[in-house]
Amino acid sequence: MPRPSKRRSNDIIEVLFQFLTRFSGSFILILLLIMLASLTWEAWPAIKKFGLRFLISTEWDPVLGNFGALTTILGTLISTALAMLIAVPLAIGVAIFLTELAPQPLRPILGTAIELLAAIPSIIYGMWGLFTLAPVLSEYIQPWMTEHLGFIPLFDGPPMGVGMFTAGLVLSIMILPFMASVIRDCFLMTPQVLKESAYGLGATTWEVIKDVVLPYGKRGVIGGLFLGLGRALGETMAVTFVIGNAHELSWSLFDPANTIASTLANEFTEASDPIYLAALIELALVLFLITFVILGLAEWWLYSANAGGRKS
Amino acid sequence: MEKMREKTKTLLPDHVPVKIRVRNLNFYYGKFQALFDNNVDIAERQVTAFIGPSGCGKSTHIRTYNRMFSLYPDQRATGEIIMDGQNILGDDVDLIELRTRVGMVFQKPTPFPMSIFDNVAYGIKLKAKLPKNELEARVEEALKGAALWDEVKDHLHALGTDLSGGQQQRLCIARAIAVEPEVILMDEPCSALDPVATYKVEELIDRLKERFTIVIVTHNMQQAARVSNYTAFFYLGRCVEFGPTEKIFTAPSEKETEDYITGRFG
Amino acid sequence: MKKRSPTLRKAKNLLALLSAGLSAAIGIFFLIWILWEITDKGISSINWEFFTELPTPPGEPGGGLGNAILGSVIITLIATLLGVPIGVLAGTYLAEFGHGKFGGLIRFITNTFVSAPSIVVGVFVYAIMVVPMKNFSGLAGGVSLGIIMLPVVTRTTEEILRLVPVGLREAALALGAPYWKMIVSIVYRAARTGMITGIILAVARVSGETAPLLFTALNSPYWPSGLTEPMANLTVTIFNYAMSPYEDWQAKAWGGAFLITIAILALNIFSRFLAQRGTKG
Repeated sequence: MPRPSKRRSNDIIEVLFQFLTRFSGSFILILLLIMLASLTWEAWPAIKKFGLRFLISTEWDPVLGNFGALTTILGTLISTALAMLIAVPLAIGVAIFLTELAPQPLRPILGTAIELLAAIPSIIYGMWGLFTLAPVLSEYIQPWMTEHLGFIPLFDGPPMGVGMFTAGLVLSIMILPFMASVIRDCFLMTPQVLKESAYGLGATTWEVIKDVVLPYGKRGVIGGLFLGLGRALGETMAVTFVIGNAHELSWSLFDPANTIASTLANEFTEASDPIYLAALIELALVLFLITFVILGLAEWWLYSANAGGRKS
Repeated sequence: MEKMREKTKTLLPDHVPVKIRVRNLNFYYGKFQALFDNNVDIAERQVTAFIGPSGCGKSTHIRTYNRMFSLYPDQRATGEIIMDGQNILGDDVDLIELRTRVGMVFQKPTPFPMSIFDNVAYGIKLKAKLPKNELEARVEEALKGAALWDEVKDHLHALGTDLSGGQQQRLCIARAIAVEPEVILMDEPCSALDPVATYKVEELIDRLKERFTIVIVTHNMQQAARVSNYTAFFYLGRCVEFGPTEKIFTAPSEKETEDYITGRFG
Repeated sequence: MKKRSPTLRKAKNLLALLSAGLSAAIGIFFLIWILWEITDKGISSINWEFFTELPTPPGEPGGGLGNAILGSVIITLIATLLGVPIGVLAGTYLAEFGHGKFGGLIRFITNTFVSAPSIVVGVFVYAIMVVPMKNFSGLAGGVSLGIIMLPVVTRTTEEILRLVPVGLREAALALGAPYWKMIVSIVYRAARTGMITGIILAVARVSGETAPLLFTALNSPYWPSGLTEPMANLTVTIFNYAMSPYEDWQAKAWGGAFLITIAILALNIFSRFLAQRGTKG
């Protein structure tokens, strides 16, 4: 009697299959909850000891066991802001070039090249930053900037090559291909006939981009920028090599600084004291929450963009 | 000498003023030749219809009048298209100026992702910076001209993309006429519309010809017969026959035209 | 009425397009510079010994990163074994059953996780594995890369499965196939190329990760001897050697950087090639 038993085994497999897919689907949610719980648990000694002061204190003293996150939080925000300031206009420019200006046969090739560059691991960018870019900066660029822009405190500092400025620059180069390829995809979604209608009214190429292509892909572009922002905030290797690792706040962008990720990378394995380790894990938790909120906003924004797109 | 005279001889009745004179127009998509020696005269402030089976080149032909094809490096045209004494295929032609003189309405409605008002105002704002009230007056006039004003006047700041298909197409017509072009090209403007919306657009075309020279591409022969004064029949990239619409539809001189009109192919 | 000067408009146009061209030139300049530097400094370190030998102490010539290369392969393999099955099943769930609110929540978390900071995953795995096991281990490194891989595989699987036409599913169900059989024998088969492409891309993505390995797999100067021991791996070795003051170690770091860049680019190009052949065939 092979048939009934076969049917029964089919039923069992069906139930099993449904269970496995559902479980795997829920796994990421479980993972997220465990992650939050275990990070909080491990960070608890620091949370209990420092309370909210942790977020506003600039002290970072492993010897005395006093820890505050403000320096690293600010370092993270400033390096990211610097990176975005440089990368966003460049990424939009690259996307415009790839979709509207480059010779037609080159467009797909250059587009693929940009996507490939986005896949290069960040440690490569960091290494290049330390060994190639930093010497150039300290030798030529930074002295020049101090001489000509030194009246602004931001550019008045020791030309060491490593520091906040270099970190922001390397970070911007690292997120550039990713953001450019996301923006390019958005630009490509603009229907050709819509662009032709604007050209048909006598618009110049720039006017078509500014008034039709950008507004049409606006949501996607902003979402893409936020994804780039999220990546820059949490980036470790591109920053750790070149930021100089100093727990000090400084007006000068040329001074060494720190981000949450670079602090973790540098100090985690050396932290022997339990409170030191707890403080580092609390830093990780803070970073996770910041990026999760930003990336979540980006996702939500892109999701509503898709929902809106489907309607029309 | 004989050839010269042939070239300048009008294809229209002598008293009809010619807005665009097309002579020996050839068109290429890369190596593929899509148009062969087209000769057409477009009468000023009249409606000229281009008919023919799909792929016959009528859309390709119309896209030369505003040099839309120049956006694509592998497309090129040879021959002459004389508008007001100037060959618009020449290298020295200012495309931006040309396209403000020759407006275009596409097969599918193409409202920009902005409000109804901004859609219509867009072309005007490109050319000149007007005071607010003047701009509003121009937009209202264009919307009235496109028979859309009454339907949208209470929500001018709603998105243009939220209108119905027929309204969107009239919005695009309003956008085109707002810049006060001399010629309006319509590339199958009704093919995406239902019969009621089609009727409204046809009615509109009839009114617009008092102010504009209109060239309309259509695959719908009844439409051509209803709205146009002159008709050109295209087949396999050639302009097989051109003449007054009644003549083309009642007494075509070419066999291919007759076959197409009587529905024997196409 | 103020007429807008066409000359001004054209000048603006030219300026905007020039700056777009300039930014493309700047971007391409830097990226070529980086690739050139990696190749120039890295390729000279690559030889047979680089793949087969253990590293030597600073100052001693010769040696290679064989242990780190092997370790990276093992860790990536563990990550793939963990991340791919769960990711494929989770992607199946989202594509087939996840149409409700819960599915939306899972999709949202998955997409957010794709770009989450990888160093935090390292800290998390440190907390749940290294602390209780009282030892850094290759296994912990594999788990943290697996966690990073999971959302990537989930997302691509869902996208690919959604491309399989409904008609194909209905045809199979109409023949009386149970749902699981329809998925496994029809949907997976139809989507095979795309899924493999996605998995290769996910492998490429994690094989360049450094941060999550820093406090999980740690590093080791020896050949991998067991999954519960600290394990040598290429990326952490690159980091340590590059930060060291020894020139011969730095040269090895460049060699490693070159190797990993080539490997990742090759995986990406290979997956594209597969995808293209898949759409043609």
